[in-house]
Amino acid sequence: MTGKGLRRTRLYDWHVRAGARMMEFAGWEMPAQYPTGPIEEHQRVRTAAGLFDIDHMGQLRLSGPDAEALLQAVQTWDIRRTGVGQAHYTLFCYADGGTVDDVFLYHLPDHWLIVVNAANREKDLTWLQAHVGDATVTLEDISEQTYMLALQGPQAQTILQRVTEVDLARVAFHTIVSGHVAGVPALISATGYTGEHGYELLFPADEAEHVWTTLLRVGESEGLIPCGLVARDTLRAEACLPLYGHEIHAAIDPISAGLGFAVSFDKGDFIGREALLKVHLEGPQQRLVAFEMVERGVPRPGYPVVVGGASVGQVTSGLYSPSTGRYVGMAYVPAAYAAVGTELAIVIHKQPRAARVVPRPFYRRRQRGEGGEVPRG
Amino acid sequence: MEYRFDPNVRYAKTHEWVRVEGEEAIVGISDYAQHELSDVVYVELPEVGSIVQQGKACAVVESVKTAEDVYAPISGEVIAINEALRDKPELVNQDPFGAAWFFRVKMSDPSEVNALMDAAAYQRHVESEERR
Repeated sequence: MTGKGLRRTRLYDWHVRAGARMMEFAGWEMPAQYPTGPIEEHQRVRTAAGLFDIDHMGQLRLSGPDAEALLQAVQTWDIRRTGVGQAHYTLFCYADGGTVDDVFLYHLPDHWLIVVNAANREKDLTWLQAHVGDATVTLEDISEQTYMLALQGPQAQTILQRVTEVDLARVAFHTIVSGHVAGVPALISATGYTGEHGYELLFPADEAEHVWTTLLRVGESEGLIPCGLVARDTLRAEACLPLYGHEIHAAIDPISAGLGFAVSFDKGDFIGREALLKVHLEGPQQRLVAFEMVERGVPRPGYPVVVGGASVGQVTSGLYSPSTGRYVGMAYVPAAYAAVGTELAIVIHKQPRAARVVPRPFYRRRQRGEGGEVPRG
Repeated sequence: MEYRFDPNVRYAKTHEWVRVEGEEAIVGISDYAQHELSDVVYVELPEVGSIVQQGKACAVVESVKTAEDVYAPISGEVIAINEALRDKPELVNQDPFGAAWFFRVKMSDPSEVNALMDAAAYQRHVESEERR
């Protein structure tokens, strides 16, 4: 904790020594960018590899004979489809369909690991505890003792293979295995939040600096650099991966957000099912769309979306997209304006500027294989 | 941190610079300003023919993360804008005192320049901002 009440990760001093510019994010003081700058960091992840300190993410551990039953009731995905060693994106929803959080579920041999957004960690814990009832489960917040890094980019596999005995060629997209990284016991998960191939690593927090510096050293020849949250945000936005508080929040349901792939209506009852089914059957009134600017300007969160002079929605994320050279964003608009090709205007610096709805995502990696990226927050 | 301070321009507290050429002046932002912004991805310039007023917002410069107003360091009519910044906003990071000039004005009151800082005074101003 600092004077401002912000949390710091165990790599804080390393980041400052490396010249990182620090920013407040979800109650944490995190590296926004290193002296390389966010555009180069972004491009490096697309072309080589980047390493991210994502220890602000929370980790909850759920075990016990009723763990599966509890999970089925409190989140949208049918976890019977996620076998041991697999990972899946899912959502906690309120009874009215609004979103508590979007999380990643990892099915480990004797427990479930739930990786949650930093801003929602306490809320999620309270949410889960409130629904335990008389179920026999053990729910632990293991965030403090668990460190989390993300190694992302086309060279991620080559780099990680140098410091692990695990045959990474056998770690398929959205699977998780246990092994060692730089001699440290670790969970290696083929997941990420950048739209690139890569891994997320979980290991004992005391080893943070050892694993971080070892990866940077063995990856240097492949172009690996540390990357901050600004690049993480442009990378995820290009891949149209949602960010809690922007594309999803308590007043937005996953169907309207285009996350229906993570909702299993046929698994039986779960909190929010009735409300989500209604939206699914009737069709959402508002939809999340991807747009690109026709007239120049950088759309930013909160900017109004205008059709025919009337304000119809709001930008949730917007950016200059380094991979495409376009100014792009995401916004909620009435379903009638959600079709690809629809002409909108975004009010930028008090001036409406032409934009149009385009297919999602803005960026898709070229490599073929494991299928599409799945969002995570 | 080391910044460049062009000795041949005058500076505003808000980090714009002016280079006087006869009755005209060229305006841009300082090396310190571009460094604070980091990667510039968009610059919005005033229209040719518009009037800018010393101390009033007249342009916008946007980095990956933020949009910042640019304040006119001098009053006058905009007679030219740097079209190159449209396609290459990164020039602001690469050459803030040269290729990344923002616009040229016909000054309405050249004595306004006297209210601006020289390089040495501006450097002290930047150092005091750095210490905050």
